[in-house]
Amino acid sequence: MYQIDCPHCGPRAQSEFTFDRPVEAIVPPDAAAADALQALYTRTNPMGVDDEVWRHTYGCRAWLVLTRDRVSHAIDAVRALGPEALS
Amino acid sequence: MSRYSALGLLRGAFNGQKHWQPAWRDPEPRKSYDVIVIGGGGHGLATAYYLASVHGVRNVAVLEKGWIGGGNTGRNTTLVRSNYRQPQLHNLFEFGLKLWHGLSDELNYNVMFSPRGAMFLGHSDADMAKLAELGDAMRCDGIDADLLTRDQVEKVEPLLDFSRNARFPIEGAVIQWRAGTARHDAVAWGYARAADALGVDIIQKCEVTGFVRDGDAVIGVETTRGRILAARTGICVAGHSGHVAGLAGLRLPIESQTLQAVVTEGVKPMVQSVIMSNSLHCYISQSDKGGVVMGGDPDNWPSYARRGQPTVVEHAIAQAIGLMPALSRLRMLRTWSGVTDMSFDGAPIIGPTPIDNLFLNGGWCYGGFKATPASGWTYAHTLATGTPHALNAPFSLERFMTGATIDETGVGPMPNHR
Amino acid sequence: MSGPSRAPDGRENIRFTFDGKEYLARPGDTLAAALLANGVGLVARSFKYHRPRGIMAAGVEEPNALVTVGLGGRAEPNTRATDVFVHDGLIARSQNRWPSLSSDAGAVFGLAAKALPAGFYYKTFFGPAKLWLKYEALIRRAAGMGDAPTKADPDSFAQRSAFCDTLVVGSGPAGLQAALTAAEAGDSVILVEQDAALGGSLLVDPDPALGADWIAQTIARLRELGARILLRTTAAGYWDHNFVTLAERLAEPGAVPSHGFAQRLWHVRAGRVVLATGVIERPVPFTANDRPGVMLSRAVRAYVRRFGVVPGQRVVIATNNDDAYLTAQALREVGAEVVAILDARTQADVPAGFPVHFDARPVAAVGTLHHLTGVTALVGGRTVAFKADLLAVSGGFTPVVHLHSQAGGKLDWNEAAQAFVPGAIAQVCTSVGEVIAPLPAPAVVPAGSPKKSFVDFQNDVSLADIDLAWQEGYRSVEHMKRYTTLGMATDQGKLGNLVALQRVAQEQGVTVPQAGLTTFRPPYTPVTMGLLGGPGARNAGAHVRRIALHDRHDALGPTWQPAGYWFRPRAYPQPGETLGAAALREARAVRGAAGLCDVSTLGKFEVSGPDAAALLEIACATRVANLKPGRGRYTVMLREDGLLMDDGTVWRLGDNRYLLTSSTGGADRMAQHLSYIRQVLRPQMRVSVVNVQEHYAGLALAGPRSSGIIAALTGASAPAHMGVVAAVIAGVPVWVLAASYSGERAFEIHGEATAMGPVWDALLAAVKAAGGSTYGLDAMDLLRIEKGHVVIGAEADGRRGPYDLGLHKMLNPAGGFVGAAGLTRPALTAAGRHRLVGVEAIDGAPIAEGAMLVAREGAKVEGHVTAAGRHVLGEGGIALALLADGPDRLGAEFLATSPTRGMHTRVRVVSPHFYDPAGERYRD
Repeated sequence: MYQIDCPHCGPRAQSEFTFDRPVEAIVPPDAAAADALQALYTRTNPMGVDDEVWRHTYGCRAWLVLTRDRVSHAIDAVRALGPEALS
Repeated sequence: MSRYSALGLLRGAFNGQKHWQPAWRDPEPRKSYDVIVIGGGGHGLATAYYLASVHGVRNVAVLEKGWIGGGNTGRNTTLVRSNYRQPQLHNLFEFGLKLWHGLSDELNYNVMFSPRGAMFLGHSDADMAKLAELGDAMRCDGIDADLLTRDQVEKVEPLLDFSRNARFPIEGAVIQWRAGTARHDAVAWGYARAADALGVDIIQKCEVTGFVRDGDAVIGVETTRGRILAARTGICVAGHSGHVAGLAGLRLPIESQTLQAVVTEGVKPMVQSVIMSNSLHCYISQSDKGGVVMGGDPDNWPSYARRGQPTVVEHAIAQAIGLMPALSRLRMLRTWSGVTDMSFDGAPIIGPTPIDNLFLNGGWCYGGFKATPASGWTYAHTLATGTPHALNAPFSLERFMTGATIDETGVGPMPNHR
Repeated sequence: MSGPSRAPDGRENIRFTFDGKEYLARPGDTLAAALLANGVGLVARSFKYHRPRGIMAAGVEEPNALVTVGLGGRAEPNTRATDVFVHDGLIARSQNRWPSLSSDAGAVFGLAAKALPAGFYYKTFFGPAKLWLKYEALIRRAAGMGDAPTKADPDSFAQRSAFCDTLVVGSGPAGLQAALTAAEAGDSVILVEQDAALGGSLLVDPDPALGADWIAQTIARLRELGARILLRTTAAGYWDHNFVTLAERLAEPGAVPSHGFAQRLWHVRAGRVVLATGVIERPVPFTANDRPGVMLSRAVRAYVRRFGVVPGQRVVIATNNDDAYLTAQALREVGAEVVAILDARTQADVPAGFPVHFDARPVAAVGTLHHLTGVTALVGGRTVAFKADLLAVSGGFTPVVHLHSQAGGKLDWNEAAQAFVPGAIAQVCTSVGEVIAPLPAPAVVPAGSPKKSFVDFQNDVSLADIDLAWQEGYRSVEHMKRYTTLGMATDQGKLGNLVALQRVAQEQGVTVPQAGLTTFRPPYTPVTMGLLGGPGARNAGAHVRRIALHDRHDALGPTWQPAGYWFRPRAYPQPGETLGAAALREARAVRGAAGLCDVSTLGKFEVSGPDAAALLEIACATRVANLKPGRGRYTVMLREDGLLMDDGTVWRLGDNRYLLTSSTGGADRMAQHLSYIRQVLRPQMRVSVVNVQEHYAGLALAGPRSSGIIAALTGASAPAHMGVVAAVIAGVPVWVLAASYSGERAFEIHGEATAMGPVWDALLAAVKAAGGSTYGLDAMDLLRIEKGHVVIGAEADGRRGPYDLGLHKMLNPAGGFVGAAGLTRPALTAAGRHRLVGVEAIDGAPIAEGAMLVAREGAKVEGHVTAAGRHVLGEGGIALALLADGPDRLGAEFLATSPTRGMHTRVRVVSPHFYDPAGERYRD
């Protein structure tokens, strides 16, 4: 049970969050089909750190990017994604 | 290979069981092989065994990073069944189920395959129609499946909650009587011993660290025990497919996730069959030692750590107790985790890769153990001939790009939704 | 007199029974202490050979003395007698024996032990799998330990979360001191102790330097500083990010809890964790080292000092360390005779006054079923026999590193202590006390018969089994464990694992660290399943969602249908009416007059802002932007792979304001999906998406009389098909959407959920007046099948694209929607796709839902029936189906076959639109 430091809410238990996909798998709706399929269907799946899209689904419902180690489960950084991250 | 038998054990009673040989040798790796199988799990060892026994390819090495059977082979809930709705899946698993039925004799190693029946419970008329559809699809392909009424379910599993006001009342089930459980470690050991006897080198503590390339082709592997060459190389490391294929520069439709399981302290028989429920995502059986074994959903975010999240298991236990209230005062003895290859349609990948002479067997999600014989048999065919067998041809790596995905649950490409 | 005993002191006022015989205990006794006090030596039988077993330990590591306590649904099998405190009326029973503990038929396995070595079952019982099933049935009955409960649990289990700066596990001197230091420094502290008393080793070995009152003073000070102290609480698991699960016993096993809660599960997030978990004493391997009367040295001391029990009158002590001399001291204090101390060391600086033999090792214990009678030993190479009724053993001390390891910490090898101690940490935790400094205890070569020298007592794993595993190539410690079952019993190897590793080191020329160590997995000690399942177990972990008008429906006596977490009326049968008849009556009411149905569970999203249409054209695969205000249309939403995710309707409520509906089952998924599109894919858009699924309750009014009812209740003419208006019904503002699922002129009326009661009442009254009725899901299904509408979950089963369901012509030609890329994949429109058709029974018979479509019996499957119904007004079975190249095969005949139900119906392929294909009934 990780503790995820939501930039909007502060540290919260992992059970409030849902994982969505790695950042590399974000597929823009206007991407060329070949690029979109590559993004959708292939993964680096690193045995180490990756940037991942999570959502504070049972909290503020905002979307976040976690920089997380998939072996140690250490979370190096959490940043906001979405409108809040635009400036 | 000294043959295993009751007589041999009796003989051992008088010599202190001193006559038994090591079940497999501990050879030094040779410089080259016809085929290298990366991964000494059940699938890799079965592949090596069928390469040697069916195809006569005996110059084979199985390279194992740790100890054989130490990955998902030794970490699953030991269920063996072929009750899948999609024909490609039930045909593959049924081929395996037939092998399971003769496996102990074939290997001269009792893998304790126990065809005690595996049932999916239905909790409403709508569920029952879906289960009938599953059974009908199987029956039309010659696979056994029977619908059970509520009363018939009660005869098999009297401790389930049959009250009408249960949160998930039991309306019936579809059962596959020929399905059941097996002793997971014994499967790895049995295949290893039989493959070794046919000349296969099983090399433990030998981690693959890279691939040796010759242009577009792979011609061998770099390992912690040196360079080993091979005409064909097969990756068979489900859970870590992404990592190993990544060493060859491949990106796969696979994400690694943790799947947890639970076993209780041993008690006298209380669960007779394998109980599953699609509405509840939990499965319950009881080992021969008496421990009730159960599992639930994966921790649905990527991880290579064999370390789970406790509330996931707590939820699975809540579901199991909801189905079978008498489980409440049993005690959880142990919980453990495996790293699963979650493929992007929920089905495995067995076949060639875009790199010449490099093959892939992975993507088994949380359902690989039951497939061990079928996976090994078809992969051996693919590695021996260079082309897939009809049974594994649908499970190509290209299918994700062409759209010919095989999605049993219909969940789509996101493995964390599965 | 021999064997364990205790002189009564008048405090023996607790009654309990063991195997039906009544005994007395003192307050504070564990069941083990109470049994020993009453002279009971034989308590249990082992797993494999059914060997007689007594009490070996005084703590949670006890491998032998497992009993079942309690009755009915409260019965707890496999309870360690050392880990239950006796309460009045406690009922304990021995296990795994037949017909009785003292004459157990299972002991026959012990006679055959030579032919049943480790892993014997892998070498025999060949033949077909069916035959193994027969052997297995016998094996299963012989295996297991206690009897499984057969009843539901009468008690409840609580769950609680907590945060603290410092969590201290273990209340021995090191733990108490750590808790005190942290609390004095201002930390919020939680201190947990698995025992019923604080003090740990101080309860047995008081420390004169600390003084007699130190424990009490420390507890008082901790309480004053606000520390939370939890007794009978086990830190069961140490998870990621300093998350620790605690299992707290509120009532002893078998006891009726005073407030209904048997146990409480704590989820604790700690700033740091202090592990003061101590050590577990190792047994010594020799022949019959498992007999009743062989007991760990510190356990002997605990029974003497803490419980006033004298476990034996004539005692031999076997040790390789100094600690056992404290046991000798304790025994002497209560008048027991220390016959001999067998010290395996060649010399040591030991207390004077005891009959010490150096270079001495036990060879065998001898005795009766219930008690020990003697010990033979190798003393300086000479065999010596001692008469004794107790053999206290100490093979050294194994630090309790379980939690440290679960937290990802490394282990270091301490050669002098022959033990793994906590090494580098992976989380914010510290180990303190004896766990980091176990006493020196050299390795000793066992002197008994390997076959009968047990290392895993409960599973009957002997030194010979360890040797055999190595001989057969099972040399990785994990292979050895799995092959021999070492460490797989309820004590999970707490006593024996290191003894086995020492054996490997001695016999095979490797070091213990080379031999390796198995992984420590949670929980530290077994945890009750009901506790982990928690209060949610009653509902199988699934909550219940109720529709806003639940009570109004319930008053009509519907049959409720689970739909995900929701419950929806399936039909409203009249007295004596079957469900099928009720559904048909309700459907006919819709076709003939009017019907009223609750559709509140539909997904509903309000999308507003200047970019609302642009956002919807990403989520929906159809055009949206060209929708005129006051109009709506059917739409589909695709997954990124181009297959159907959901369907619904989209309505333009105002210039920049839309309402999107979606299916009940997909509503949560759709909420997440829309949020992803809006926030991740298009954060710059000026649009808001609000999930209004439960804000609105929705009612569907369908049938030829429906537009008249709407006109009457709203005072305005009803909107045309696919039109939307704001209106007021029964004083409640609502949206009236002219959408039809049934194929009749129909409306959805959505209004604020809490206000919709009067709307329902008004509509129901009007429907009844028009000769109509309420209708439920079954009628809705009959109607939609006849109309040929697909439904998410049946036809759109997650494997179908728009082409398969005949929806490809409505796709937005401009693309740009989610799934557009996935749709380009060739297999999605290849020949042989299973595509939507209708089928009708040639002879009017019913069609089985889910049946396979085959040309004839035994032919290959070409499709299946996704939803089966009947003509609502006419007769005869009809169904929707997915069939290979279906639309090209109209008129072809198939067998809809259901072997599992014995239903086989000849059907003809037809258009899926059985009813009003031209849509004339949508017009008034």
